[in-house]
Amino acid sequence: MTRITIGPFNRVEGDLEVRLDVESGVVARAEVTAPLYRGFEQILEGRPPLDALVLAPRICGICSVSQSIAAATALRAAIGCEAAPNGLLATNIAHAAENAADHLTHFYLFFMPDFAREAYASHPWHGATVERFAATRGSAAREVLPARARLLEVMGIVAGKWPHSLAFQPGGTTRAIELGERVRLMSIASGFRAFLERVVFADTLENVLAIANSHQLDCWREQRGGDFAHFLRLSDALSLAELGKGPGLLMSYGAYHDNEGVLFPRGIFGPHATAEPLPLTQITEDVSHAWMRDCSADPAHGATIPDADKPQAYSWCKAPRLSGQPVEVGALARQAVAGHPLFAELIAASGSNVRNRVIARLIETARVAVAMEQWIRALRLSEPFCLDTQEIPDGTSVGLVEAARGSLGHWLAVRAGKIERYQIIAPTTWNFSPRDSFDVAGPLEQALVGTEVGDAGPRAVAIQHVVRSFDPCMVCTAH
Amino acid sequence: MSGSDRMTNVLWLQGASCGGCTMSVLESGASGWFDELRQFGINLLWHPSVSEQTGEEALAVLEAVADGRTPLDLLLLEGSVARGPNNTGRFNLLAGTNKSIYRWMLELAPRADYVVAVGSCAAYGGVPAAGSNPTDAVGLQFEGADLGGALGGTFRSRLGLPVINVAGCAPHPGWVMETLLALASQDLGAADLDGYGRPKFIANHLAHHGCSRNEFYEFKASAETMSQRGCLMEHLGCKATQAVGDCNQRSWNGGGSCTKGGYACIACTSPGFEGSQNFLATAKLAGIPVGLPTDMPKAWFVALAALSKSATPRRVRTNATSDHVVVPPGRPSGKRAP
Repeated sequence: MTRITIGPFNRVEGDLEVRLDVESGVVARAEVTAPLYRGFEQILEGRPPLDALVLAPRICGICSVSQSIAAATALRAAIGCEAAPNGLLATNIAHAAENAADHLTHFYLFFMPDFAREAYASHPWHGATVERFAATRGSAAREVLPARARLLEVMGIVAGKWPHSLAFQPGGTTRAIELGERVRLMSIASGFRAFLERVVFADTLENVLAIANSHQLDCWREQRGGDFAHFLRLSDALSLAELGKGPGLLMSYGAYHDNEGVLFPRGIFGPHATAEPLPLTQITEDVSHAWMRDCSADPAHGATIPDADKPQAYSWCKAPRLSGQPVEVGALARQAVAGHPLFAELIAASGSNVRNRVIARLIETARVAVAMEQWIRALRLSEPFCLDTQEIPDGTSVGLVEAARGSLGHWLAVRAGKIERYQIIAPTTWNFSPRDSFDVAGPLEQALVGTEVGDAGPRAVAIQHVVRSFDPCMVCTAH
Repeated sequence: MSGSDRMTNVLWLQGASCGGCTMSVLESGASGWFDELRQFGINLLWHPSVSEQTGEEALAVLEAVADGRTPLDLLLLEGSVARGPNNTGRFNLLAGTNKSIYRWMLELAPRADYVVAVGSCAAYGGVPAAGSNPTDAVGLQFEGADLGGALGGTFRSRLGLPVINVAGCAPHPGWVMETLLALASQDLGAADLDGYGRPKFIANHLAHHGCSRNEFYEFKASAETMSQRGCLMEHLGCKATQAVGDCNQRSWNGGGSCTKGGYACIACTSPGFEGSQNFLATAKLAGIPVGLPTDMPKAWFVALAALSKSATPRRVRTNATSDHVVVPPGRPSGKRAP
């Protein structure tokens, strides 16, 4: 048995270290460490509640709007007020832009460059993959980065700037959109659709969204250009569906709420291969292997007090559990819970794995791009975008949202006009959690076990695929 | 770097960071940031978010810089330096090294021709230093507004400059790139920095300059609640008349800015901005905002404000408390030109 350490594990958002025990060239045990702690929950305590709108988004530069929405939602629940319908739509538009930009950033900048590594030089597809996806050099970045910047111009209109905006308030959004601005938003959304249809899918979004099972997916991608089909071919060549199996239980808090309802519903998707209600009160946090002092396991009553010398601990990340189980979150979970037939079938066939996570992210990007067009059209320009709100009474509340990489929750307690407690469980807190007190490993730790590293040791590229397939956001993880 | 025809070596590290400065700079460049860097002869030795090298490959890059084998022209840090607990830096170890970012910066900074703090965290401590500052977070050369920080107030990089602070949370992508390129061409010297280490081409302006709410400011026609069009200074916490930055002379994400977005400037380019509370409400004393323009006699400001308030046109007064234009500009008769 040899122990290998991989760090700095880069091309993820934030800091990550992975340690593996390797036996006969196969990973036998994994430990995942979040090596950065900043203490946002401690920083928020004692402050006026609305200060969370300034501080919480600054947990994360890549999912800042998600953090804003979680904070605004928790505050809205605490106040007991409504948001203006236009404000919810404008929030969805900005959130869609962030999440789609994140999916692109992940696919092109973080995930795909590993296939251009020298380790694959002997494969027939390597040359074309280097040309397209090599880190900082591939031709894709030249198209993707300007498309990403153009998409984020949504923020200039709706939210002032990105990252870190104060536009998302309990009562709605702070910028009323005028007719010319709505036209500009449509122009950005159309441009984004054109980019997806030309570069990512080489087909219309409608055709992509009509793919309902794996047979149709196989037919669709025959002879197809575009980067999604490129990935599917690599995935077959390298059997990525066999790699990085998740723990089996998937969760989504639900995403994109407006007055009509929700685009992606809340729920869990488990061994019975159907979506079921999410038992929210069964969410706990275990600190047995985190550099944290013991506290209530209920996030509504929890605390975050660092203890850097704690024995047995190996991460600043707590271990969230649902009914005692580790849970995987992300686009695959969202789409499975939302009842997308393709993902029900893919999961039934091969579970959660590297390939299915990436497919879900790209198909979801298409779904969100179409929804964004609808939300822009649905804005009623003569009506308010932000409603007045009241003082915040004592009490507790929760704000739940889906960031690009999964379920994000803020648990807020207010007392005498100040934040008494603020607890955050971020998507990668779930996915990259350490072990719990029953020694049950977190989702990535489980997904790494069984991965073949051969003689490559810490340079084994399969490890890179498994870790990055989760699209980790480490800055959110321990916050 | 001077007189050499090799590329400019840039190493970008992240400390106690949210990664937002990187997300911002990735918006730069007409054909993308990577092309832009290449066009200006910049060789990104390693960047945590975008470089291919990971694990031991990345460490090999860092070690070659640390022992002087690879010349380092610019060292960039994004995020504050967490010195805690007890000065060990263990709140932020560089993964795979069992060594804190704090120690890494102490080793690498003397190797660099220039050291750049990207964002207010690396510059002054920023948001992680708020409240009880649980991780003892500081900037590279400042702790809030006080000289000191991780490298100490007397630190000078190889070419004799203090740390260059591209403040902002997150900074405009142009601020980062223009500073970087001006340094690469040796066009930015110590005289081009203000007292807080910020490039003057940014810090010689106020966020207020070019604000689209200017007419409302002139007449002290103020928004009362979020999303209204009026000036945000009197009631809604705006600090743009005191905060440096050419924020409203640039376009953020294709045309935005904080005040255009309908919310207050929170002075994110200022050391210690994170220490404020109630960001979206104006602190007042006897009904007068505490934070007035810094270089104007307060009595004059109050007198002028009273005068301009009494002269406010109905159009401006009405629109100030509406979320869209209720009274358009035009002749009082409202007749359209033929």
